[in-house]
Amino acid sequence: MASQDIIARSATTTPPPSIRQLEEVAKLIDTTKCIGCKACQVACSEWNELRDEVGHNHGTYDNPQDLSAESWTLMRFTEHENEAGNLEWLIRKDGCMHCAEPGCLKACPSPGAIIKHANGIVDFNQDHCIGCGYCITGCPFNIPRISQKDHKAYKCTLCSDRVAVGLEPACVKTCPTGAIVFGSKEDMKTHAAERIVDLKSRGFDQAGLYDPDGVGGTHVMYVLHHADQPSLYAGLPNQPVISPLVGLWKGVTKPLALLAMGAAVLAGFFHYVRVGPNRVEEDEHPSAPDTSVHQVDPAVHVYDPGKPGTPGEERP
Amino acid sequence: MTNHWTDIANANLVLVMGGNAAEAHPCGFKWVTEAKAHNKARLIVVDPRFTRTASVADYYAPIRTGSDIAFMGGLINYLLSTDQIQHEYVRNYTDVSFIVKAGYGFEDGLFSGYDAAKRTYSDKSGWGYEMGEDGFAKVDPTLQDPRCVYQLMKTHYSRYTPEIASMTCGMPQDSMQKIWEEIATCSAPGKTMTILYALGWTQHSIGAQIIRSAAMVQLLLGNVGMPGGGVNALRGHSNIQGLTDLGLLSNSLPGYLTLPGDAEQDYNAYIAKRALKPLRPGQLSYWQNYGKFHVSLMKAWYGANATAENNWGYDWLPKLDIPGYDVLKMFDQMGQGKVNGYMCQGFNPIAALPDKNRVTAALSKLKWLVVMDPLATETSEFWRNVGPYNDVTSANIQTEVIRLPTTCFAEEDGSLVNSSRWLQWHWKGADGPGETRTDVRIMSELYRRLRDRYKAEGGAFAEPLLNLSWPYKIADEPSPEELAKELNGAAVTDVTDATGAVLKAGQQLAGFAQLKDDGSTASGCWIFCGSWTEQGNQMARRDNSDPYGMKQNLGWAWAWPSNRRILYNRASADTQGRPWDPAKRLVWWNGKAWGGTDTPDYKADVPPEAGMNPFIMNPEGVARFFAVDKMAEGPFPEHYEPFETPIGINPLHPNNKQATSNPAGRIFDSVWETLGTAKDYPYAATSYRLTEHFHFWSKHCRLNAIAQPEQFVEIGEVLAKEKGIAAGDRVRVSCKRGFIEAVAVVTKRIRPLQVNNQTVHQVGIPLHWGFTGLTRHGYLTNTLVPFLGDGNTQTPESKSFLVNVEKI
Repeated sequence: MASQDIIARSATTTPPPSIRQLEEVAKLIDTTKCIGCKACQVACSEWNELRDEVGHNHGTYDNPQDLSAESWTLMRFTEHENEAGNLEWLIRKDGCMHCAEPGCLKACPSPGAIIKHANGIVDFNQDHCIGCGYCITGCPFNIPRISQKDHKAYKCTLCSDRVAVGLEPACVKTCPTGAIVFGSKEDMKTHAAERIVDLKSRGFDQAGLYDPDGVGGTHVMYVLHHADQPSLYAGLPNQPVISPLVGLWKGVTKPLALLAMGAAVLAGFFHYVRVGPNRVEEDEHPSAPDTSVHQVDPAVHVYDPGKPGTPGEERP
Repeated sequence: MTNHWTDIANANLVLVMGGNAAEAHPCGFKWVTEAKAHNKARLIVVDPRFTRTASVADYYAPIRTGSDIAFMGGLINYLLSTDQIQHEYVRNYTDVSFIVKAGYGFEDGLFSGYDAAKRTYSDKSGWGYEMGEDGFAKVDPTLQDPRCVYQLMKTHYSRYTPEIASMTCGMPQDSMQKIWEEIATCSAPGKTMTILYALGWTQHSIGAQIIRSAAMVQLLLGNVGMPGGGVNALRGHSNIQGLTDLGLLSNSLPGYLTLPGDAEQDYNAYIAKRALKPLRPGQLSYWQNYGKFHVSLMKAWYGANATAENNWGYDWLPKLDIPGYDVLKMFDQMGQGKVNGYMCQGFNPIAALPDKNRVTAALSKLKWLVVMDPLATETSEFWRNVGPYNDVTSANIQTEVIRLPTTCFAEEDGSLVNSSRWLQWHWKGADGPGETRTDVRIMSELYRRLRDRYKAEGGAFAEPLLNLSWPYKIADEPSPEELAKELNGAAVTDVTDATGAVLKAGQQLAGFAQLKDDGSTASGCWIFCGSWTEQGNQMARRDNSDPYGMKQNLGWAWAWPSNRRILYNRASADTQGRPWDPAKRLVWWNGKAWGGTDTPDYKADVPPEAGMNPFIMNPEGVARFFAVDKMAEGPFPEHYEPFETPIGINPLHPNNKQATSNPAGRIFDSVWETLGTAKDYPYAATSYRLTEHFHFWSKHCRLNAIAQPEQFVEIGEVLAKEKGIAAGDRVRVSCKRGFIEAVAVVTKRIRPLQVNNQTVHQVGIPLHWGFTGLTRHGYLTNTLVPFLGDGNTQTPESKSFLVNVEKI
């Protein structure tokens, strides 16, 4: 998308451009139509040219086991016994929610590494990313992941490259049952309302739309059978809010940190002037910072929220 | 499918049983989603496991694998005893009034005419109708005659009480009752249920009879020939429908024509036996045209060499000395050292056939094996030691293996026939890599070399090869277009058809009504006639307009036969020719002709009052509840246990050992000793496919491998607790034939069932892994499957066998 469409930019105080009028878009994921076929996972990797590792089975259907820099979306399967004693297999496509008030953007210290477009898409610019991992702390949904290869943060782009030219995201195009649909946010809400009427007629009295206020609403929304209990769906936050740590960082720590960063840049400059460019050797790559970032929030490893800590989850 | 994919959207109720449509057919499953979203349809799933399909169902109930006839038999009993049937349909369009011969009987699990020594019904003479002096079958329209089909059926299924059905299936009675009640509502004219099934029904020793029992239910409800109804096989392989259509079975010819047997040396007798005369007055009995289809086929194959004088080359057709050389038979012979060479085209037998160790032993006795495939299959490397996954001693295997890399479907033009019987043309997406050749090219070159050697050196019975017509522009690579046009067929000489229209020699035929038995027409597959006409390639059409809003889309691709989308669609209208329900209108009589939203499956100019019935391929003109002598194990479906049964007896015939498992199932003598019992192998196992993979192909694709990387088995929580198995543990699943090891997925989705007053645990075993490809190496699941099958189709019993499970 063009730079005129950017309405928010991380760690930036200059006002955004505002002459273009873009309609807000949304992706609606209907968990009640989803059959967990993972075609969206594959389409995402195809379009974005991503190839994760061939992993292991850890005793569940979830594969890959978690989001990564090479897996931007995946299915999370939960077996749930409802009040009537009937089994439900709740399947949720996990990935970036494209929040109206993105915690990642708020937390990001690097100017322009995270941007928000006028249509609601939140995008990462890896060329500006410093790999600090603050976006992970800022995200109430635990979505961004730092790559082990280039130490930059990655997540779903809502196929901003496709949307920019009038195409739907790759996952939407491939979904065989129409469980993922895409359009203006208003149209998606209307569609969701129709689905909810149908679900209520089938006995799901608590069916509803997930578009949480705590992050200003999202541009990826869910239709849930149990909208009163989002956490049933593999730990989808009931009331997502941006971590207070982000406020702290913005309020007190940020000026200090910026000072430190400035000092580091200066030091680097003088180092360059005096010593010359760094010669990068393969084995000099630090790896420690990234692993620590990966451990920021272990919630993502929970498969069955009713049973935290089953042995299958403890496998590496 | 009697119906087709898009038509599922017309259903009021969708029953998925013996299949897992969301898992195995996710794209087609969108029409179930459509039916739910826009037709307020309900979805019921019956399966041993709570499946991906069940995850979006309105109601799910568990069933023990292999007990489906008990469920359907109970349902038939329920519908008949509560009189919830579509009366007018059943009375007029089915065989309920036909009187059955006095020789037919059924006693304690066995039908009349059983030969226990041969394990077959050697005398089926009683399995037929009483014939009147007028040459027609006798009927009793009052349905009071105790030997009419209605009364016999009622008596037969009266034994399938809810109690018996429930204790056999392991389905709680209240669940069963709830499902039966909901299904029964579809007996209202105009309210339809569709049944979607797949290998979960076919891969049993009683598979064909399970499907018959489902067809009987649909006939009682008046749901066959109706929009949103039917009995719908979701085919397990792209173009497997095309395989059977083109007769690629050892006893078939294209278009469901049949090969003669040894005793059928006389051409006229061969045709007469198949050109069935009507069994009731005024019926069409379309197979009367058999001779036209057969002669046109022989003209397509042998051209000018097929003449009236040589009976159109009848002597060149092989005559079967046994009923058929299906794969079970071939590999049994191979195991006995009676087969020298084997051409394996698009087939991975050590992965796909039952009892991998037996198949490996058989392949090891070959002198040579040719594998034609786009991928490096396990079969092509059956001789390679891959640790525990393929624990063979290579030095002991002398078979020479020749691998011929072929293009895959995306690397060639052509047509595929899908489950809907649609022939859809597709266009090449890319060239094949390296030295790949199309299958057509390889077979054509092979043909040419064989022909040249026979020509040069002579040999026994060379005529079938030497007389073949080979009219293609490039002899070594006939084009897909040429072959498609040949399958449709053309006029050999100038032809005048029934309407008086004249076709010039060489012109494409418009449909199989133009076929003749005098050698003036040629057609390589009569049911495909109409797919490539003078108007061009009908399979390439992509017009999805739907003028009646009935989802029939006659302009999209082309469906056999005659672009009919729903088979038996005359039955969607009442005896006066009016749709049973205006909302479910399909074809109707407009005063002069039949027409409507679909191509009528009927003689278009016969008025309703003529009394011609809708099932025109049957000489009776009506649908059969009583299968006469067509099935191996009896005219009515009866429940028999899987050959490896977890309960040891048949609850319907507890005192008759002969009737425990299918008395006419396909089993070779040497296989009995490979069967285990519940004492050693207490758990009922079933094998299946996952949505992330396609058979044994997609494990060669990185993204599929990522989505489901490692072999697993599914075990219920209760059994896992008993065995001390946690999710993620490795387990060994063993049977008398071998073992596999895999990761345990411990799940609430498989529950223990109460069967015949005992607890039966079921174990689920997906099958996609092997020792080639990009996934983690796994064991071939069919190591565990017994080498036996259905007596009609020879399909292996991959869905029901016994195993033990241990933590390792």
